[in-house]
Amino acid sequence: MYIVKRVGQALLTFVAVVSVTFALVRAMPGGPADFIRAKVMRSGGSDEISMSEINSLTETYTNIDPSTPMHVQYFNYVSSVLQGDLGESIWYNKPVAEILIDAAPWTIFLLSVSILLTFGIGIVLGAVMAYLEGTKFDGASTIGSMFLNSVPYYVAAIFMVYIVSIQLGFLPQSGRFDAALQPALTVEFVSSMLRHAVLPIVSLVITGFGGVAITMRGNAIQEIGEDYIRVAHLRGVPGRRIATRYVGRNAILPMYTNFMISIGFMFGGSVILEQIFAYEGLGYYLLDAINSKDYPLMMGGFLLISFAVLVCILVADLTYSKIDPRISDTGSREAY
Amino acid sequence: MAEKNSSFSQSDDYASGAGKAASKEEIYREWVDMALLAPLRVAWNDWRTQVGSLIILFYVLMGTVGVALVDPPTEGQGPRLTTAFQDWSVPLGTNNLGESILSATVHATPPMLQMIAAGAVFSTAVATVIGTVSGYKGGAVDRVLTTLTDIAMTIPGLPLIILLAAMFNPTNPAVIGILLTINAWAGLARSIRSQVLSLRDHSYVEASRIMGAPTRRILKDDILPNIMPYVLINFVNSARGVIFGSVGLYYLGLLGGVHENWGIMLDGAYSNGAIYSLKGLHWLTVPMIAIVGISFGLVLFAQGTEKLFNPRIRARHAETVEDTAPYQE
Repeated sequence: MYIVKRVGQALLTFVAVVSVTFALVRAMPGGPADFIRAKVMRSGGSDEISMSEINSLTETYTNIDPSTPMHVQYFNYVSSVLQGDLGESIWYNKPVAEILIDAAPWTIFLLSVSILLTFGIGIVLGAVMAYLEGTKFDGASTIGSMFLNSVPYYVAAIFMVYIVSIQLGFLPQSGRFDAALQPALTVEFVSSMLRHAVLPIVSLVITGFGGVAITMRGNAIQEIGEDYIRVAHLRGVPGRRIATRYVGRNAILPMYTNFMISIGFMFGGSVILEQIFAYEGLGYYLLDAINSKDYPLMMGGFLLISFAVLVCILVADLTYSKIDPRISDTGSREAY
Repeated sequence: MAEKNSSFSQSDDYASGAGKAASKEEIYREWVDMALLAPLRVAWNDWRTQVGSLIILFYVLMGTVGVALVDPPTEGQGPRLTTAFQDWSVPLGTNNLGESILSATVHATPPMLQMIAAGAVFSTAVATVIGTVSGYKGGAVDRVLTTLTDIAMTIPGLPLIILLAAMFNPTNPAVIGILLTINAWAGLARSIRSQVLSLRDHSYVEASRIMGAPTRRILKDDILPNIMPYVLINFVNSARGVIFGSVGLYYLGLLGGVHENWGIMLDGAYSNGAIYSLKGLHWLTVPMIAIVGISFGLVLFAQGTEKLFNPRIRARHAETVEDTAPYQE
């Protein structure tokens, strides 16, 4: 029942995203039709291009035929998106889906590693800080975490490009892999791929784990003070077991909302991050499309980023209900 | 969380035998004292609050007084690409057009403060309304609002903001601020809702309900005062979000307009090769320091005051708070 509800909600959200995209395209001043008309005129086609030809061209590119009534346009748009047809890129003259399917795994790789590392490091550090509360280590790491938490990830990215790539020359500055290499499952290619991913991942993780650590520290400190922990100690439960099973678990659970927000935040951040590192992922193409006014690619990029976020959140949601059984029992409260 | 609601003033009246309800002004004054001034006095004892407030004050002064003291940036204020601390007419150096970095940094502050204020007010207000109503009402209203909140929370904010910014090209700082928090309210609304869930069944809320007080009044008088401190802290957090977002968008060149912005400076420095030589380094680091400085100030302020209001953190610090706290658990 819980699973059905979450999947249903994810679908509803996706339809909402598609609707927002549709509304944005319709609300655009001029809109794609004008842009395509201008493009056809510029490219020296026949001067006598008819309105119906423009409309059909617009439909090829964006899946929206401006000559039909609004609800038909909406229905056609949603159904073609759900079938995986995202239109055709005006700039690259390729199907949008093709471009984005090539880009998506890179973004997902980059961000899922970053998110897991951010939360992994943050949670461990926060727990250690809570156990050492009041010591010098705690004080120093709290200040350090707060400071790193107030650095935007793109500032860290630029800073690291400056230090690590340009001044020290340790790691490559841009791209997904060495341009001289062909994508293949060789040691050389994989290591090049990893080397290119290090800086983007580090800039997200280093600016993100501080916030997680501080929250975790607060939660763990509170759990350590609870009576049942004292009882567990008196009962002779090993300290390690108390730390992981009792304190750790209960301190992590309330951070679930933070985790969901972080997924959206980090995927959204890929637009800026991939631009800085010229990393050809979803965010890179989204910005590229905006700058070249490539409406179909723009819409497709936005839809696919949202889709990736939705899938990640759904996975997080479903695993969370496995860890914390209370969540699937929403209970029935009286309505006032 | 300590409870305070409008009924305390009524019980005072009964005790003093005044017999009539306290005037609006008295309730208000008492509320300000209990909910705002006393916690702030306690919070001030924390060094983080002090340092944070001083940093924020510095930026506010920079955005008000500083603008009057420092000339607006123009081309040729000094020799091109002067490094910092060389020429005292341009203390922080100049960029490739000879614009003073100090002028650009200072004159970027007022629009930034406007954006922060507009964005933070908008997102906190929306979050508070949606969070309290959905938490208190329950039932169908709650389901609809929770679904709405979850949808807003899962739509990746930055790409949406970027699309909207690219399409409508806002230039007014207040509009940009609101645009940047277009779905930032969702996370806060969710946590406010869960706080309200634990408040709604308290006896004094139930009393109000039985007495037939309208929902609007219960929310305003009984629920809101309890979550107000929490809301104020999150005001600071969403301010930080606005800074990150606006600088990022200006960096990408998606927000144009007439304003100076630290993001525009960063972009200029990065794309004009300041990153490749030591001569241009100040051009890159000064806006970085400005961005990190103000958000560090906000984070310190939020952390310093949070332990007062966050029930999870407060538990362990209860003794230190209770000595000075205005109200008992």
